Amino acid sequence: MEPETTEKTQVGTRKAEVVTPRIEWEYAPSRESTDIVEVADRYELFIDGEYRKPKSGKYFPTINPATEEELAEVAEAGPEDVDAAVEAARAAFEDGWGRMPGSERAKYIFRIARMIQERSRELAVLETLDGGKPIKESRDVDLPQVAANFFYYAGWADKLEYAFPGFRPEPLGVAGQVIPWNFPLLMLAWKVAPALATGNTVVLKPAETTPLTALAFAEITAEAGLPPGVFNVVTGAGETGAALTGHPDVDKVAFTGSTEVGKLIQSQLAGTEKRLTLELGGKAAHVIFDDAPIDQAIEGVVNGIFFNQGHVCCAGSRLFVQENIHDFFVDKLKARLATLRVGDPLDKNTDVGAINSRQQLEKIRELVEAGVEEGAEIYQPPCELPSQGYWFVPTLFTGVSQSHRIAQEEIFGPVLSIMSFRTPAEAVEKANNTPYGLSAGVWTSKGSRILWMADRMKAGVVWANTYNKFDPASPFGGYKESGFGREGGRHGLLNYVKHTGGRS
Amino acid sequence: MSRVDVRKTYKLYIGGEFPRSESGRSYPALDSEGEVVARVAQASRKDLRDAVRHARSAQASWAARSGYNRGQILYRVAEMIEDRFETFVSQVQVSDPDRRRARREVAEAIDTIVWYAGWADKFAQIYGNLNPVSGPFFNISTPEPTGVVGIVAPQDSALLGLVSRLSAVLVSGNTAVVIASETRPMPAVTLAEVLATSDVPPGVVNILTGHTDELIPWLADHMDVNAIDAVGATSEQRRRIQEGAVHNVKRVVFDGEFGDRSPYVIAAFTETKTVWHPKGL
Repeated sequence: MEPETTEKTQVGTRKAEVVTPRIEWEYAPSRESTDIVEVADRYELFIDGEYRKPKSGKYFPTINPATEEELAEVAEAGPEDVDAAVEAARAAFEDGWGRMPGSERAKYIFRIARMIQERSRELAVLETLDGGKPIKESRDVDLPQVAANFFYYAGWADKLEYAFPGFRPEPLGVAGQVIPWNFPLLMLAWKVAPALATGNTVVLKPAETTPLTALAFAEITAEAGLPPGVFNVVTGAGETGAALTGHPDVDKVAFTGSTEVGKLIQSQLAGTEKRLTLELGGKAAHVIFDDAPIDQAIEGVVNGIFFNQGHVCCAGSRLFVQENIHDFFVDKLKARLATLRVGDPLDKNTDVGAINSRQQLEKIRELVEAGVEEGAEIYQPPCELPSQGYWFVPTLFTGVSQSHRIAQEEIFGPVLSIMSFRTPAEAVEKANNTPYGLSAGVWTSKGSRILWMADRMKAGVVWANTYNKFDPASPFGGYKESGFGREGGRHGLLNYVKHTGGRS
Repeated sequence: MSRVDVRKTYKLYIGGEFPRSESGRSYPALDSEGEVVARVAQASRKDLRDAVRHARSAQASWAARSGYNRGQILYRVAEMIEDRFETFVSQVQVSDPDRRRARREVAEAIDTIVWYAGWADKFAQIYGNLNPVSGPFFNISTPEPTGVVGIVAPQDSALLGLVSRLSAVLVSGNTAVVIASETRPMPAVTLAEVLATSDVPPGVVNILTGHTDELIPWLADHMDVNAIDAVGATSEQRRRIQEGAVHNVKRVVFDGEFGDRSPYVIAAFTETKTVWHPKGL
């Protein structure tokens, strides 16, 4: 005989009594000055240690998504330009970077780390201008992490034989790296720092909407005296990326971006022996148990989905709240949402900045409309948006089903789909019900339950009683269709080395 | 009058059972002289899909066992091959009559399983990590099995090649669907008989004999296979595997840089999971 009630839903029921704050906070504008950065009218490609005009003869505009104003025009690398960059990288690899003692390579990378710290404010402002993210994030998260990644991997360069027992590491050669627009400089750091530390040379293609900080970084490498050709930048859109990833003289391809494009690259590389790592999309489950520290969990959920406008592959975009606290939690969340400040990314008080591009804004709108059409209930706090630029109000959906598009597809915007569960087993089942597996979150006061959940959630990163934490020493990367390979930490080195012969 | 011997029927191994191919097909296995020594089941698409289904069903509980337990189970497989040493030698000799070489291959196969068995409760200590992050956090990375792994077994090294690739996959808690050597299928079928009477749970290893080129597309395109070991595949076969892998972002392992024994082959079929937790009062 089964007992009649085995569910835990009767435990700890909380009444939904939430007082929406009525205080109208007045914020004086606190705008970060842009004087520190000088944006040129035109940017060229960075190949073999110098800025070069593109053989393609073409340029494309990069705009400030908060104002829709053109910031600069940027060279579009065609196939010939990609050839030249790969050739420069190959020559630099053969000429000595690959054979240089690790202790010498390390010192170049340490220099770069220091120069990033030195120019951190300038780069933060440039990142915010070109990408639309709040200055407090580019200043306090992106840039410190960028410098930390170079510092961390610099130290590995002369210690590689200690990284993995029995593994005799050798560089692969030329790495072709394609990075996204959500953390332009940080994704550069995640890719470039371990590649250089292990003795590879790099051709990097930044995203077409956020090319400026990669080009500024190129200047830093030149000032640091990095040998010409060790680091090259080819700017452009998808075609440039495809020319790079498909280039026959590239030994290693590393891509961060959508699962859709990741699959195209995987397909393009079929039949070759190129090494590939993919860091793709996600639809992370964020699970809240009824014994969670609620106020902290609310902050974790807000950070999980509204950090960087939700343009985060590991964003906690599916929220699962235990049924007995669902209404209470959602009410508190709505109240918290009303206090988020959306607007000018350069304002130091801004929580949610501009959507990165018109194209991305349209994608978010399409999926939000699908959510409404499929029957989920939408909530958006009252919010004044600037008249120019690309913006999207922080949005919650309740009454979401597992089959709704907003529960299955990556939105990559400030949109949270909320569902409920009763038992831990149900939470695991629902959390894993996605082709993705990049990250997950769990909030509970019970230690054994944290570990039980962490064991069962199919995700490369599990944040327990926290969310969206990153560190150069911590490996990051996905299960299933979120990609393969790890970036960060000791594991991040393995993407860029091969083992030389014999039993390990 | 000399006794008429009883010959063995060489069947598939799926979900702990020994079915013939549902297609009703079989093909001749030849010895080094080109003589037919046996007929072997020729697996079909449906057989392969059944095998994947069983591998999936068995995966979670295989992975949930302790490393200590998986290690003992693999060690038991080695014990049982040792017990049938001469049987395996004679089957390896079918395609390569050199007896000394055959004995060496069987011995090496047994020792390789023992070597991998010992990794089961140690591998995570080598490959996992407590990460020194800059902040008040406990942060730990640990390898977990990728899931269901397809193995295209090496064609020539029909026993040693197979057990070395298979052991590396099983150690961490993956389950396997193996396409056995097409030209040298007999050691694989006898290995299946060992597995069936060992403590390896049904479905953890599934072994298909048949035409490799026919089976590869079904394996490569299957949405419930997480990774494929293509070290035993030809370059054309590998291309087909890489193309099919795109559908669900399968991991494809094709470089044999580590040889028959390496913890980095185990690593290739794992996913590193990193867990963060704050420290505080």
